[in-house]
Amino acid sequence: MSVDLAQFHQVFFEESFEGLDIMESGLMGLDLGDADNEEINTIFRAAHSIKGGSGTFGFKEIADFTHVLETLLDEMRDGRRQVTREAVDALLHSVDVLRMMMDSAKDDTDSDKDQIQKQLKELEGILGSGSATTGMSAPDQVASSGGATGWNIRFIPEPDMMVTGNDPLKIIRELAELGEIEVQTHTEKLPNLAELNPEDCYLGWDIRLTGDIAEDVLKDIFLWVEDECELSMQPILAAVTGSPTTTEVNNQPAMVEPVQEAVNKNAEAKKAAAGSSSIRVGIDKIDDLINMVGELVITQSMLSLLGEEFSIEKLEKLQDGLVQLERHTRELQESVMLIRMLPISFSFSRFPRLVRDLSANLGKKIELVMSGENTEIDKTLIEKIGDPLVHLVRNSIDHGIEKPEDRIKAGKPETGTIKLNAFHKGGNIVIEIVDDGKGIDPTAVLNKAIEKGLVPAGANLTNQQINDLIFQPGFSTAKEITDVSGRGVGMDVVRKNITSLGGAVEIQSTFGKGSVFTIRLPLTLAILDGQTVIVGDEIYIIPLVSIVESIQIKSEIINKVAGKGETFKLRDEYIPIVRLSSVFGIPNAKAKKLEDGLLVVVEADRKPCGLFVDDLLSQQQVVIKSLEQNYQRVDGVSGATILGDGSVALILDIPGLLRMSVRH
Amino acid sequence: MNATAAVENSEQHDAYHLKEDGDEYLTFRLANEEYGVDILRVREIRGWENVTRIPNSPDFVKGVLNLRGAIVPIMDLRIRFDLPQEEYTPTTVVVVLSVLVNGGEKERIVGVVVDAISDVVNAKMTDIQSTPDFDASIEIEYIRGLATAGEKMLMLVDVDKLLNIEEDVSHFEHDETE
Repeated sequence: MSVDLAQFHQVFFEESFEGLDIMESGLMGLDLGDADNEEINTIFRAAHSIKGGSGTFGFKEIADFTHVLETLLDEMRDGRRQVTREAVDALLHSVDVLRMMMDSAKDDTDSDKDQIQKQLKELEGILGSGSATTGMSAPDQVASSGGATGWNIRFIPEPDMMVTGNDPLKIIRELAELGEIEVQTHTEKLPNLAELNPEDCYLGWDIRLTGDIAEDVLKDIFLWVEDECELSMQPILAAVTGSPTTTEVNNQPAMVEPVQEAVNKNAEAKKAAAGSSSIRVGIDKIDDLINMVGELVITQSMLSLLGEEFSIEKLEKLQDGLVQLERHTRELQESVMLIRMLPISFSFSRFPRLVRDLSANLGKKIELVMSGENTEIDKTLIEKIGDPLVHLVRNSIDHGIEKPEDRIKAGKPETGTIKLNAFHKGGNIVIEIVDDGKGIDPTAVLNKAIEKGLVPAGANLTNQQINDLIFQPGFSTAKEITDVSGRGVGMDVVRKNITSLGGAVEIQSTFGKGSVFTIRLPLTLAILDGQTVIVGDEIYIIPLVSIVESIQIKSEIINKVAGKGETFKLRDEYIPIVRLSSVFGIPNAKAKKLEDGLLVVVEADRKPCGLFVDDLLSQQQVVIKSLEQNYQRVDGVSGATILGDGSVALILDIPGLLRMSVRH
Repeated sequence: MNATAAVENSEQHDAYHLKEDGDEYLTFRLANEEYGVDILRVREIRGWENVTRIPNSPDFVKGVLNLRGAIVPIMDLRIRFDLPQEEYTPTTVVVVLSVLVNGGEKERIVGVVVDAISDVVNAKMTDIQSTPDFDASIEIEYIRGLATAGEKMLMLVDVDKLLNIEEDVSHFEHDETE
């Protein structure tokens, strides 16, 4: 049975990366010294799946490495080894190394052999040292592995074992690799051919396996079928038992040799899966969807029946049907959008590790508190918000939280707290990063800004305005450049990235008390609330989030600056006017005079601007379509959408549009 | 898997057409001259309908159209070839083509406006360099070669070059700044 395994590689990698995440978060949650067995078990299972998968797919290097990892975990699980900080650190590093190996297997590049070897040495070092001190349950170990020269195994699978995807032949082959094997098959249960169900397993085996094999290794092979068969393993005791010393040396079997021979088995399984990403969806969401489609089909058939023999008396029925259709379509749309939604914990999960490592690095004591991890957000956003979030959290650790001694001096608890909150608020998702560190020193920031020429000397700024300065390009107050931050990627990039996702980031800070960064993001990138406007014969869509208000203005409040640029006065503020018709070169705009049309006051980069259009049409949700797929990026336009009548309308990119108007 | 299948197909296709002595082309009329495009590149042919203008685009890009949910740019070949412009008539059609950009890595869908569709012919391409006295009013860079189908001479349009919008637009912007 030869199957092209390469087609499953993507699934394998996805699952393995998930497994690594589980291991990582599990390791983070372990209480040193008094670890919950169930937690270790979870970690162990994740490691075991990775090992199994990588073995199946021919990634021998990964399988061997995971095997060593697993041995350590197994000892912890059985209570033969204490959960020490040293061991957890080593395991965490191993997860990193595994992730690297997995990455290189995925991209089909060579992994860093030195690093793997180093990590293996470290693991083996721990395995070698710790076990003796905790007195690894010696007697039965000796009896089961060292003293035995082989095993008598009785393996009688239940009839339906093959249905679950386990193949006894494979298991026997695996055993055969361990040593010399003799197999006796029990055929007595085998029925007549007429009664034989080809999917059932009627056979049983007595296996005599000779060789110095540890019980664990055998147990591993049968791990997946334990519950589905009658299994007994009897060690064959050697006629002449080896001297006790040799047996003890043999106590760490099977885990030392494997990696050296790192055979490049995956050469044939090369083609790494392409970069297309997939998404795991809860079955309940799919069920919802199917229900919704069912409803839609019913409504559709009702309507078509109505249309076949329509008379005016049935008008009311038709309208009812249409209302239903509209409701179902909307519900369907909502459920489809929900499929793209994932809990933000996918993004949050990396932070415990980050905080732990960084705080240890910087000699700070920090506790991370997360809430609202189940808040759901669009998958694309999860991927894109990761880096800005990491930057902000790093920033809080590095610049926010003080060293323990400084904190005590300032009368704060020794351990600093960083809180990550996520919640929904009015069609947005809000992520807060709160720290109780030293906050932002307004005078220092202001002086720095003046020094850098960002604000004129002697400027009178509110605290809020000063705090906002840290988002300016070229601003970094870190006195010394540390490993963590201050390497040129500044808060301006964070703000830019978040803005490009259609969101916003704000800071509130009290000097000496701490800072709060608030990120606001739209729930999804695929749909937006828009205001349709008309200029000439053309319809455009303005994202509702950029609109402050829409007004009709009187000629008294219009100013012409130097005969060219137009501004108007709104509540003591002079706001520039941008005529959409001139920026976009739209012919036959109806409103020539500013009094005849409407001004949509929009805001981009916190600067207001009056966008002059002929008229407002309606507010509606629009599905964003890419212009770049078949054409290219267009200045001042972020995308396109299809209106109710099937025609295309362009969605305005307000910040881009304003930049264009400056150029004009 | 897919790639090899595609190669096989095209080989079959070539083998098939070698017997017929040439490839199949969709021919269309533009200012009383006949042009041809590789029929395998033609996605569909549809009547002219109003499009949504794209601001600040080159003049040969008429706008974008909703083609079953995809946003497809439509360009006027007369303007592209510097031919005199004419009002669109009931026979004016849009030929929807698939265009390979980035050296064939990416496929794009583009519609071109032509005067009318003429025929589907089998023809063999002659290299344009071998016809030195070739004299047409359009820029030669968009023509891949010539072909004769019966009495008529066809100019075979190089679809990928002709519709490589990015190049053209950067060209256009360049012009504008000068």
